[in-house]
Amino acid sequence: MSEQSILLISHGHFEKDFLEKIAREVAHEFLFPVYIEESHIDLSEFYDPMRRQYDGNRILKEIDSMSSSQFIKKVGLFRVDLFIPILTYIFGQATLNGCTGIASLYRLRNEQYGMKKDEDLLFDRFRKVVIHELGHTFGLIHCHIPTCVMRSSTYVEDIDQKSHNLCIKCRIKIGVI
Amino acid sequence: MAGNISILIVDDEESVRDSLYNWFIEDGYNVACAENAKKALLILESKNFDIILADIKMPGMDGLEMHRRIRSLNKDSIVIIMTAFASVTTAVQALKDGAYDYITKPFDPDDLSHLIRNAASQISLKAENEALRNKIVSLENVEDLIGNSKAIIKVLKEVKRVAQSSSPVIITGESGTGKELIARAIHSNSQRKFSPLVSVHCGALTESLLESELFGHEKGAFTGAMFNRKGRFEMADGGTIFLDEIATISPKMQIELLRVLETKTLVRVGGNKEITSDFRVICATNKDLNKMVNNGTFREDLFYRLNVVNIKVPPLRERIEDIPMLVNHFIKIYCTSMSRNIISIDPAALKRLETYDFPGNIRELENMIERAIVIGNEKEIRLKDLPFEKDFTSNSIESLDDLEKNHMLLILNKYDWNISRSAKALKVDRVTLYNKIRKYDLRSSK
Repeated sequence: MSEQSILLISHGHFEKDFLEKIAREVAHEFLFPVYIEESHIDLSEFYDPMRRQYDGNRILKEIDSMSSSQFIKKVGLFRVDLFIPILTYIFGQATLNGCTGIASLYRLRNEQYGMKKDEDLLFDRFRKVVIHELGHTFGLIHCHIPTCVMRSSTYVEDIDQKSHNLCIKCRIKIGVI
Repeated sequence: MAGNISILIVDDEESVRDSLYNWFIEDGYNVACAENAKKALLILESKNFDIILADIKMPGMDGLEMHRRIRSLNKDSIVIIMTAFASVTTAVQALKDGAYDYITKPFDPDDLSHLIRNAASQISLKAENEALRNKIVSLENVEDLIGNSKAIIKVLKEVKRVAQSSSPVIITGESGTGKELIARAIHSNSQRKFSPLVSVHCGALTESLLESELFGHEKGAFTGAMFNRKGRFEMADGGTIFLDEIATISPKMQIELLRVLETKTLVRVGGNKEITSDFRVICATNKDLNKMVNNGTFREDLFYRLNVVNIKVPPLRERIEDIPMLVNHFIKIYCTSMSRNIISIDPAALKRLETYDFPGNIRELENMIERAIVIGNEKEIRLKDLPFEKDFTSNSIESLDDLEKNHMLLILNKYDWNISRSAKALKVDRVTLYNKIRKYDLRSSK
């Protein structure tokens, strides 16, 4: 296993194909090998019964504390509804210039919005959120270029508007060109 | 944009501070946090923040009290109050105290983004507005006061010096020397520059009209007073009042004026309510107020109240070296206003202007240039475009020879040095005209 690699840690049930496709996309974007690992941490301790959501900040800290020093970055992948104390929900969260990020596909599913299930769209949205959060761990802040994956997205429709790629400026910033 | 905006987060909950910190950092804002109001105020003493997000409920000092303290520090930060419990009373109180907005925790991510984006665009508009204001003021100064003679530079230095204070100023100088421009320059360089400069031409108004103009009146104060009217002193609140031709005001008005200057309060004509106004007074006169005080036509106490700073504006004949610059300035102004190409001035015409004593000062020069542009050939201002016929009766000419010489030159210029036509106009023969040209050494300016 290369030291210069990224780790995707899945929590909950994800199709193997789905995860491998995400890993390929991430590897293509950041030019690092990407590995997948399954985790079985108990999420109940991060559950907030008042909000019926999971505390993203605390989960992020938990992932960060997991020993995996051989990876330069790691991202926890979830299926649960995440929040941070100040916001009603989040799609993902990361430490700017840090090592860790989290992403959830809970609010990316069309069914959440009373629409028809669409697996392709779900994959497209999820890869964008994972790449976006990883971008933050590489030190990228929100980008103003409408098509850049680092553009801020507060609604799921915003995610659909942007591409799954970093713009040239962001690529130059993190040296993946 | 985001990189230029700084945000201070004030909340006693660490998780809230961290969440907001991470959220704003990812947007590229400069972010700092404080765990209570006391620490926030301490940070604000040494550093300014564009936006302050403050929780309403904190141990010790609450968000509303902190907001009031921030206002008293004269910080112009945008304050957004955060609350976990939507309460109309606290929200109204926050907004009444001048908070930009309030937001209920937890926020919808889009609401927070919008709120901060709107606040950021208000900050940038404010900065842009400030920059434009400064630009306008500097343009006004550069355009208005023309000249680089020692005399005018001395005046400009005095203007700069007195502009920093709020003391009364008397500007003295002959008619047409630009006393009002000096008053404008003092105002536009002062702290009061963003409040109005209100001008009153005291000499143009009767005593009763001047009283109503300066102090305003209440509805029904006199026949025709159909509505309440603000006076010039009220209008100048925060700014400057410029009283031109101050020497012409009546003894009664002098007493009224003295009272207003001493108390900075006034009562409208026909009213009984005292109105306070914070104004600076600048007066101008072409009379010798000292002399008027000595002969009893101007109150001594009012004179001393007004005469804190005295600026003497030199007549144009004492700053001849400024004439070319002034001429070019007026050419530019009038050619532009008449939608014509900018023209030049013939050296002979300029030389003539430089030897003239300008009893009407800059105003006379300005009128001359305007007239010359109107009647001229649209290429240059020639000597014959300038109204110097009246020179022949002016006191600069004493001998008959001078009078004859000037008149001949005038006629020769008028007929473009056509000897036959000039001789015919002068009713002399051509030989006589040639002899006179030789005698007086007359030469064409072209």
